[in-house]
Amino acid sequence: MTQLDDKARANILRAMVRIRVAEERISELYREQEMRCPTHLAIGQEAVPAGVSAALEPQDLVFSGHRSHGHYIAKGGDMGAMFAELYGRATGCAAGKGGSQHLIDLACGFMGAAPILSSTISVGVGAAWAAQLDGRREVSAIYFGDGATEEGAFHESLNFAAVLKLPVVFVCENNLYSVHSAMDCRQPDRPVSALGPAHGMPGVTVDGNDPDAVYAAAAEAAARARDGEGPSLIECMTYRWMEHCGPNDDIALGYRTAAELAEWKARDPIPPYAARIGADLDALMSEALAEADAAVAFAKSSPFPEPSELTRHVLPA
Amino acid sequence: MTERQIKFSEALREAQADMLEADPNVLLLGLGVPGPTGIFGTTSGLQERFGTHRVIDTPSSENAMTGVALGAAARGKRPIMVHMRVDFALLAIEPIVNQAAKWHYMYGGVMRAPLVIRMIVGRGWGQGPQHSQSLQSWFAHVPGLKVVMPARPLDAKGMIVSAVKDDAPVIVFEHRWLYNLSGPVPEVPVGRPLEGAEVLRPGRDVTIAATSYMVIEALRAAETLAGIGIEAEVIDLRCLTPIDAGTLKASLARTGRLVVADTAQEAFGVAAEVVSVACQHAFQHLKAPPEVVALPHVPTPTTPALADLFYPDARDIAAAALKATGAEKELPPAPEQGRKWKDTPDPSFTGPY
Ligand SMILES: Cc1ncc(C[n+]2csc(CCOP(=O)(O)OP(=O)(O)O)c2C)c(N)n1
Ligand SMILES: [Mg+2]
Repeated sequence: MTQLDDKARANILRAMVRIRVAEERISELYREQEMRCPTHLAIGQEAVPAGVSAALEPQDLVFSGHRSHGHYIAKGGDMGAMFAELYGRATGCAAGKGGSQHLIDLACGFMGAAPILSSTISVGVGAAWAAQLDGRREVSAIYFGDGATEEGAFHESLNFAAVLKLPVVFVCENNLYSVHSAMDCRQPDRPVSALGPAHGMPGVTVDGNDPDAVYAAAAEAAARARDGEGPSLIECMTYRWMEHCGPNDDIALGYRTAAELAEWKARDPIPPYAARIGADLDALMSEALAEADAAVAFAKSSPFPEPSELTRHVLPA
Repeated sequence: MTERQIKFSEALREAQADMLEADPNVLLLGLGVPGPTGIFGTTSGLQERFGTHRVIDTPSSENAMTGVALGAAARGKRPIMVHMRVDFALLAIEPIVNQAAKWHYMYGGVMRAPLVIRMIVGRGWGQGPQHSQSLQSWFAHVPGLKVVMPARPLDAKGMIVSAVKDDAPVIVFEHRWLYNLSGPVPEVPVGRPLEGAEVLRPGRDVTIAATSYMVIEALRAAETLAGIGIEAEVIDLRCLTPIDAGTLKASLARTGRLVVADTAQEAFGVAAEVVSVACQHAFQHLKAPPEVVALPHVPTPTTPALADLFYPDARDIAAAALKATGAEKELPPAPEQGRKWKDTPDPSFTGPY
């Protein structure tokens, strides 16, 4: 198994901190009501994209769903363009037309996010098929939640990817809930990872709050994919701290307990990792805050799209 | 006696509660139905009241769950399915269009599919391209489905009551911006017809036929028009299958001028259908080309800077009506908005959905 060196670990920590700080900035600034789009924060889930991206090469591709900010940032997505997109500005990564739910940055291989559950899973498989056809050693990493695995397209995609042995890493972020619905009313008592072998590919469940564990599974899966041995499914157990959609805490709703949230907050992926590698967390936090503030300033000073943009891009010119 | 006023969302909830109460075969299912926010309050408390067997949360498996509901319906159940957005129901197109819509006809009348499928049309606060589509014409195009669009709490309640009792699959399009509006609703579960339009405001100069939330904008437009001496007749189209030619014709016989306002794209949509019906049934009455107020042929943009341009409102309807009348008049200046964006149903809304 691939070992992480100190530099790689420092990068993983930095990615987690950048995601955390950016998401916290969104949470604070959302209250100004200038980011006028549905926004799904990933605070608490940072270790997954940090670990996965550490196992990916720059040419590899990433596909995502509604909770995509962390996936975008970890793959190297432009932070200013992300904030500008949330602020609905012309300089946004989707020219303001998509908002938080439709991030994209082709320069870093972030191929797009879409909030219709399971919609980008098959699309990611198609991109892997194109890579196979063209003989590119390029991997598609596809993120989705536990809820998305209930859609038919998830199963159909795994099936097809396994038939053609496509270079795909399926990454399920299992945060125990689909909006306010717990797992037990939606799925039988078996790990999501068991669906991998059911579809003819390896499936593992890892601690999604331990970036080293995520990295190890992703590195193995990416190597398999690159070597032509086919897709893998990784289930990362993690937890969303904030409400499903929006900037607030949601314990008052009562669908989960304060004790459960506290338990998961005690398993915050960031401080223990900083301690493990002996990093200066405060310094990293202020560096990330400066980056996020610059991104916000860029977004807020950017113009809104011109009215003529309304009808542009419906069809390619 | 003053009639009881309740919100559109409460009317929906009450109708479902009444039907669950009236018939043990009625089921209610959908992702988030029993949850703490209860589909914007429209299903709150119903699982507690009617039990976990009849009111259920579902996996996010729109396609299979629609087939499941159809199968249960084939065995005597009367399921109500809820989709938080029309856009999510697109994963269930196959069982709706190929199966539920066809079962009665295709099996020579021996099979029935008494399904009610509630689909919510999202709008505002950056709902964007995949959370705000208003695809009523897709479903109205398919023989074997009944498609209704309540605009008032009265219809929200009465149409759900009638839909549950109906042996055909009924699709109910509920616009999210109607949910907080109040109106008179009887306490008893009285059904409302699943066919036929209704004149909500009489007028002699121009007919404004509207669907769903655009009925509210049309009534506002009629107020503005009244201020400059133009009497608009406002028709709530209510039901799409079919468009009520009789009501339309009778109105056009009075006014001779037509504006159609729909929540969807104009092209190949309900607005185009209404114009077609008007031309076929009331051509002799038309004194001017019909006007359409609907969405441009563009996906919903997320940024409010473009979404505000994308959605027409009462002013656009009033302008279209003025044009249809050919009157040499001008609309009064638009009242001061007092807010930067028009992307919420009212200024108290602070997002997100
Ligand atoms: C096809 C479809 N159905 C329903 C929804 C509404 N929806 C948006 S996010 C979400 C929860 C999905 O849960 P999960 O996949 O576990 O992701 P998480 O939000 O937990 O990250 C749901 C049901 C949707 N976007 N698409
Ligand atoms: Mg989840």
